[in-house]
Amino acid sequence: MLELKNICKNYNQGTVNEMCLFRDFNLNIDKGEFVSVVGSNGSGKTSMLNLICGSIPLDSGSICIGGKDISDMPEYRRSRIIGRVYQNPAMGTCPDMTILENMSMADTKNKSFNLKPGTSKERISWYRSMLSELGLGLEDKMNVKVGTLSGGQRQAMALIMSTMTPIEFLILDEHTAALDPKTAEIIMHLTDKIVKEKNLTTIMVTHNLRYAVEYGNRLIMMHEGKCIIDKKGKEKEDIRIEDILEKFNAISIEVGN
Amino acid sequence: MEILIGVLEEGLIYAVIALGIYITYKILDFPDLSVDGTFPLGGAVTAALLSVKVIPVLALLFSFICGALAGIVTGLIHVKLKVRDLLSGIITMTGLYSVNLRIAGKANVPLFSKTTVFSGIGTMPVPEGLKPFMTAIIILVIVLVSKILLDAYLKTRSGYLLRAVGDNELLVTSLARDKGMVKIIGLAIANGFASLAGSIYCQQKQVFDINMGTGTMVIGLASVIIGIKLLEKVPFVKTTTAVIIGSIIYKACVSIAIALGMAASDLKLITALLFLVILIFSMDRKKGSRKKAPQHA
Repeated sequence: MLELKNICKNYNQGTVNEMCLFRDFNLNIDKGEFVSVVGSNGSGKTSMLNLICGSIPLDSGSICIGGKDISDMPEYRRSRIIGRVYQNPAMGTCPDMTILENMSMADTKNKSFNLKPGTSKERISWYRSMLSELGLGLEDKMNVKVGTLSGGQRQAMALIMSTMTPIEFLILDEHTAALDPKTAEIIMHLTDKIVKEKNLTTIMVTHNLRYAVEYGNRLIMMHEGKCIIDKKGKEKEDIRIEDILEKFNAISIEVGN
Repeated sequence: MEILIGVLEEGLIYAVIALGIYITYKILDFPDLSVDGTFPLGGAVTAALLSVKVIPVLALLFSFICGALAGIVTGLIHVKLKVRDLLSGIITMTGLYSVNLRIAGKANVPLFSKTTVFSGIGTMPVPEGLKPFMTAIIILVIVLVSKILLDAYLKTRSGYLLRAVGDNELLVTSLARDKGMVKIIGLAIANGFASLAGSIYCQQKQVFDINMGTGTMVIGLASVIIGIKLLEKVPFVKTTTAVIIGSIIYKACVSIAIALGMAASDLKLITALLFLVILIFSMDRKKGSRKKAPQHA
């Protein structure tokens, strides 16, 4: 499904601060896998997501989805098959536009943005039903600007918007990190539900080890641009938070903190 | 009375520019200086077309199209060649000065004997008392048509995307759309309006002057800021309506300054100072509300 082959990525190339993050990095993700990715800061988790989405360029290597090489595809073209939710809830929605307008835009993804009415009246009840399932009361605020909503409400919308049209890949970039524990829990449940319902191949970067252990069917731990833990299936089910913590501690001693 | 009519006429002409600048400044957050070149571009195109007896309404339409093309040039310089927004506009504006001269033929083209959209007023079947207002009414009709079309456009799928790109570029990328293309469309519409205003201006003043564009951006921007600041709290007033009213208020302020004894040659200085005052005024209110906030809490 997703193949990262011989990825190399350097930062600040040609300066004294040159840093090699990925050297010959390889990763395969199969269709239907829900991968949780953990790792310390600077281990390359978010860089990996950015490389997959095309937000930053590759130095060498290739990225294939479903056998098709997308390494040279611009970011916006990859978005046709990739949905992404960011850490910052403000990034997945337009604050100055209403809930209805935001939902309509997401619904128009991969269709032509032409001179037809931006909101189609027949679709409104469908948007409402999707929002009412969240239980956040958003369905009664269709004409409220998204900028006035709370972070959790916005993140729930971002999640729904990014999965509204058919996608092959869902990318979650620490999408619960900016939320309070209770809201994070709600968003995590919602994520799991959507992923299962739509059978989405998903990569979730998180700092919450409990989520990484509880959700998904594969767990990867990254360190200095390498996967140092990679468990799936039965092995993943057996893994405990303590195991990951132990590995974290071992790394910390290694790098001297 | 004459002053009032003058304010209405000029205010309404500049309202068309304000509609365009509302798109670039408020929606796209793009400081677009190309309007200083596209406003006279509309004039030059009109002068050239009216000289060969083209129907005046077609001159309006054609001016809009030429302005839109110039806007696309600014957009391409910014998006494809990655030149900074302000500089892209300056490059287009500077280049257009020569283009405008070529189109018009010379720096000053009188159009007194030409048929314009205002030529028919003398023979129109309207009450004598209304005649002095007819010029303003014709301009008002053009402004309203522009405003209604713009409002309608902003409600289309394409219009949604235009609003989204100024609001959150990342979302446009997430929707699998090239944000650069959307910006180019926005700049095209905005400069189309500026050029349309230039065409109306020349038809009304019956003269084209190469220097008519100086300060267009400042006047338009001032109108947008006044309109939005004064009317943002008033319910049921669309932003497009607000910027049109802002433009008339701004022209009124300039007229008052001149009526108070400033010379006509001071016009640009008044324009600049008034803009400065508006900027400071609008910033002060922001600061004030921030300072007040903790006291309430």
